[in-house]
Amino acid sequence: MKKPITVTVNGVAHHDEVEPRLLLVHYIRDVLGLTGTHIGCETSICGACTVILDGQSAKSCTMFAVQADGASVTTIEGMAASGDLHPVQEGFWEQHGLQCGYCTPGMIMAAAQMLERNPDPTDAEIRHGLEGNLCRCTGYQHIVEAVQYASRKMRDQAATGD
Amino acid sequence: MAKYVGQRVKRTEDPRLIQGLGHYVDDIKLPDTLHVAFLRSMYAHAKIKSIDTSEASHAPGVVAVYTGKDVAARVGPVPCAAALPDLKVPDYRVLATNHVVFVGQPIAVVVATDRYAARDAIDLIMIDYEELPAVIDVEQAAKGGPLVYEEYGDNIAYKLTAGEGDIEAALKSSDRVVSQRIVHQRLAPIAMEGRGVLARYYPGEQELTIWSSTQIPHLLRTQLAIMIGMPENKLRVITPEVGGGFGSKLNVYAEEALLGWISMQLGKPVKWIESRRENIQATIHGRGQVGYIEMGCNNDGTITGLRYNVFADLGAYHQLLTPAIPTLTGLMLSGSYKIPAIQMNVTGVFTNKMATDAYRGAGRPEATYVVERAVDLVAAELGMDTVDVRRKNFPAPSEFPFKTATGLFYDSGDYEAALNKALAMADYKSLREEQKKAREQGRLIGIGLSTYVEICALGPSQAMPAGGWESATVRIEPTGGVTILTGASPHGQGQETSFAQIAADELGVDLNAVTVIHGDTSIVQYGIGTFGSRATAVGGTAVFIAIEKLKEKATNIAAHMMKTDASNVVFKEGRFTKQAAKAASAGAGAKPEPEPDVPVGEAPAGAMPEPEADGKGVTIQDVALAAHIARDIPPGSEPGLSATYFFEPTNFTFPFGTHIAVVEVDRETGDIKFMRYVAVDDCGKVINPMLVDGQVQGGIVQALGQAMYEEIVYDDQGQLVTGTLMDYAIPKAAMVPWMDLDRTETPSPVNPMGVKGVGEAGTIGATPAIVGAIVDALSPFGVRHLDMPIKPETLWRIISKAN
Amino acid sequence: MIPAQFDYLAPKTIDEAVGLFAQHPDEAKILAGGHSLIPAMKLRLAMPQVLIDISRIKDLAYIREEGGQIRIGAMTTHYQLESSDRLREICPLLPECAAQIGDVQVRNKGTIGGSLAHSDPAGDWPAAIIALDAEMVAVSASGERTINAGDFFVDMLTTALGPGEILREIRITTPSERFGQSYLKVPQPASGFAVVGVAVTLTRDSNGVCKSAGVGITGVASKVYRATAVEQAISGSGLDEQTLAAAVAHATDGVSVNGDLYASEAYRRHLAQVYTRRAIEAAASRAK
Repeated sequence: MKKPITVTVNGVAHHDEVEPRLLLVHYIRDVLGLTGTHIGCETSICGACTVILDGQSAKSCTMFAVQADGASVTTIEGMAASGDLHPVQEGFWEQHGLQCGYCTPGMIMAAAQMLERNPDPTDAEIRHGLEGNLCRCTGYQHIVEAVQYASRKMRDQAATGD
Repeated sequence: MAKYVGQRVKRTEDPRLIQGLGHYVDDIKLPDTLHVAFLRSMYAHAKIKSIDTSEASHAPGVVAVYTGKDVAARVGPVPCAAALPDLKVPDYRVLATNHVVFVGQPIAVVVATDRYAARDAIDLIMIDYEELPAVIDVEQAAKGGPLVYEEYGDNIAYKLTAGEGDIEAALKSSDRVVSQRIVHQRLAPIAMEGRGVLARYYPGEQELTIWSSTQIPHLLRTQLAIMIGMPENKLRVITPEVGGGFGSKLNVYAEEALLGWISMQLGKPVKWIESRRENIQATIHGRGQVGYIEMGCNNDGTITGLRYNVFADLGAYHQLLTPAIPTLTGLMLSGSYKIPAIQMNVTGVFTNKMATDAYRGAGRPEATYVVERAVDLVAAELGMDTVDVRRKNFPAPSEFPFKTATGLFYDSGDYEAALNKALAMADYKSLREEQKKAREQGRLIGIGLSTYVEICALGPSQAMPAGGWESATVRIEPTGGVTILTGASPHGQGQETSFAQIAADELGVDLNAVTVIHGDTSIVQYGIGTFGSRATAVGGTAVFIAIEKLKEKATNIAAHMMKTDASNVVFKEGRFTKQAAKAASAGAGAKPEPEPDVPVGEAPAGAMPEPEADGKGVTIQDVALAAHIARDIPPGSEPGLSATYFFEPTNFTFPFGTHIAVVEVDRETGDIKFMRYVAVDDCGKVINPMLVDGQVQGGIVQALGQAMYEEIVYDDQGQLVTGTLMDYAIPKAAMVPWMDLDRTETPSPVNPMGVKGVGEAGTIGATPAIVGAIVDALSPFGVRHLDMPIKPETLWRIISKAN
Repeated sequence: MIPAQFDYLAPKTIDEAVGLFAQHPDEAKILAGGHSLIPAMKLRLAMPQVLIDISRIKDLAYIREEGGQIRIGAMTTHYQLESSDRLREICPLLPECAAQIGDVQVRNKGTIGGSLAHSDPAGDWPAAIIALDAEMVAVSASGERTINAGDFFVDMLTTALGPGEILREIRITTPSERFGQSYLKVPQPASGFAVVGVAVTLTRDSNGVCKSAGVGITGVASKVYRATAVEQAISGSGLDEQTLAAAVAHATDGVSVNGDLYASEAYRRHLAQVYTRRAIEAAASRAK
């Protein structure tokens, strides 16, 4: 019944036997104990569970862990792995892009994906790029500013080869 | 200027939250935890003829199954703290026994070794229901209709009349009376983290710890102690990180008591994490009023009186404050205007739905909406600019404290200043000209205003069901760190930062030296919690005054250390020194450090404070260490350095402001687009402008949700139609306009810092501005009012009918 | 939130997949990107006993040009289609439609094949696919067959795929010169699904006369449909304002229009007409 899987999470390979129906988000949170990835709905709308799966943002509540067998996953805990905050994390802090913090890990992962594809997004592009992530606290304006902050910082870093 | 207070200080909460290192309830993992799932009523109204749990009990992983019969005599009813005359209070049990009254009501509970097994077993419980007719529409329920409780003979929970002045005479003698039926639809609060409970009983110590996602840890502890029947001091409530509340966690829920009780039965930790479907079904809803407005006015625009007859849709039973919410509406019906006669007649009505209760604003958004819509109706009726009607009826700043016909004294205000600032920001005159031109081209542009006032800092204990004060302990540890214990329970508002700002400035220490602890009843002295925009105005004031007390004590110790009298000691930027005027001339060879604002070399020697051993006075950290070592403190004084204060406010505070929304409606489809949003808010003295902006923006967007998207819909049988986030639309980033914000700052005289509160301002102020703008856009079609949520189809119908 | 139990099979080849499907024709479901199926399973609206995950089969995700056709593997994600520069040139309707599905995360994982085989009456892809008159290649243990898009969508959540049949490829005739395309949509504010979605592809001659048109409409009825009356009305015209106004009045001819909480039958019919006109106008302006 259980299936063996190997999933690399934040650079560490994990081998586990899981029920096929185990959702990836439950695998990350309950089996691996990485609780920064949250669950905010059950209909793939809110985006609190967003992780980066093989380079692409994905809702980890809408995948079974068995589907991630062999894949590489980055969660919020892996974003500041070097010890320095990721520019998106920094932007959220600088621009007050969070209040209760529950949607924040998913927002940060989604924003990081957005900036990878579009390093200099407009206000409208940022809002469009975050349509898969709900926030009930901020009204989104500071989140938009957080992403703009990160965008500037990442472009500056790229320009200086930092 | 203060170093921290008033500055855009980055939040100290954030480093953990942006790295996913915070701990919400479900992030707390205890060994051997059992998981709980609920079987909930699938009918809005039914008799339970039988429940068969035998198959579920034997399912893999299942440890226990409980039904109402198991707990009815052992766990007390869900409490209602509202005290109203002749209020009917149904006996609402944590699990239903033979009668269910709304979809989502808990009937049975499965405890299993993991959450998957618990969920599976729910499907194995067999219930034989006998469906009963449900009553859903509040006005129909008030008239009669099927009865939620046969024994009451009707669906009326209470009736209440409030207000002052002769409303009959006022309306009769007015030049005109405008009237309007108005609907405040039911909303779901949708905190991004739903509710969650983890309970752990320690049989040896006979202690129960409950981690709950709540806004009121201490009030919850008291109520759970009563429900479960255990000594309150054996019960510990911890609120870890809380993912938003908006009032929905200002409550005591069946699940919280039940989890505690189950943990005691099984001697193991038990956990329940609410799913979003459960959250929309069985966490309180907000609003839910259908009312009738009559506002009298004279031809010059003077408002003469307001009557509001309202049916409050309470749902099937009372949660903590359910029946009290409409009374808050009654309090605020004067809005920001001089209205000589006001009357509210509330009928609280039972329906077969989830209970309504406090949702961001809690009764006050309804009041603001009623008054602001009524003022717009007056303007339309008289053909006046809506700005002029508002201006005409404002109390002048000199009239404060301003007494309303609802029995309140507004603390301070300059409503016209906020209005003028907002009008200037929006360039109101040009907007009206642009609107005129646009209309000539057939475009539908609308401008809406709200000049709101709200009631915050809830509140004096006289006016509250269970204490309106807040507590703080401030202590300085032997190694110099400052610890603040607050009875407030922030869950996103950022008080770990703003309280630290207050303390850091008042104590002259670095912000990072301050730690704010909250949400643990075994660590923090009793407190009331975070709701009603009270944390800073009441809880922050408690912190502020506790610091004053602490400084007084520290001054005595410092004086003793400096071998002088306390009256000679001054405290500045973290350091106690002898007062300059009384100081003797500086000793030869000692090089005293000058006051920081006096450049070295320029200070006259005689004005220098007398040097101590090191010539610099003593720091507050020195004093803290001395106070704890206590070998050399003033005779008779208490060792240690801490102070506790319970602050009881003398009045509420009344923040206010002006919001302006500008929209354009697509003539062809009715689609609504924002062109501009301007808000000027006055929340008194500001501790952290960045956090204030965040509160205002978030509030505006929740208001926008109510104005345009959100609505809890039950069908005629009481089935919840909007039961997931696929159906219940909360605003997404792209639906939201850019918000231009500014402030005026009118200090409150009610507390020493002059703060008022801002948590609900946006939600209260914005709804009427947005609705007003959409109505204004459609005014060429004779539209004066539209009910929320205003959907494109509604507008299309109006436009197409006219074409 | 928690799906019921199932057996999970992850074939490595399409032959293996159809073989497994043949063994469980009734109790198995094909798992592609999972973004229609898994949400339904979490709400226990779907409780398949067996899931056959076809994501491990090599070479089911591709965009190829072959024999005057664009051939798209069933496992190609919405994002791959959205971000294809080549498609933007030769068949922009596909990336335009893809970009309006769900959200970024959904587009990263969700697949065109999964979406089409699900036949959600408010899904976006069916509108584009039916407007483009695509061919669907289905494979089963008994071989391969081609199903015309017009026959593929049978009803709400029902396609022409038979028991044990897997959608393998979508084939679209590469549009000729002077073509214009557009997909316009009114998203339901909560779910993002189409209240109305209109896909248009058309060709014009050098005088601007519309030579051919495909109009696919989703969100309006129990299944996607081709607005043939509209297509006929605009074909041969210069796509002038009057012709369009008259043509789009037929946007919902012959279909039973849905009504729901967000849009009543009357409003949805109206939106279908407005968006059909707007989509044709956008497509026409691009056909140069």
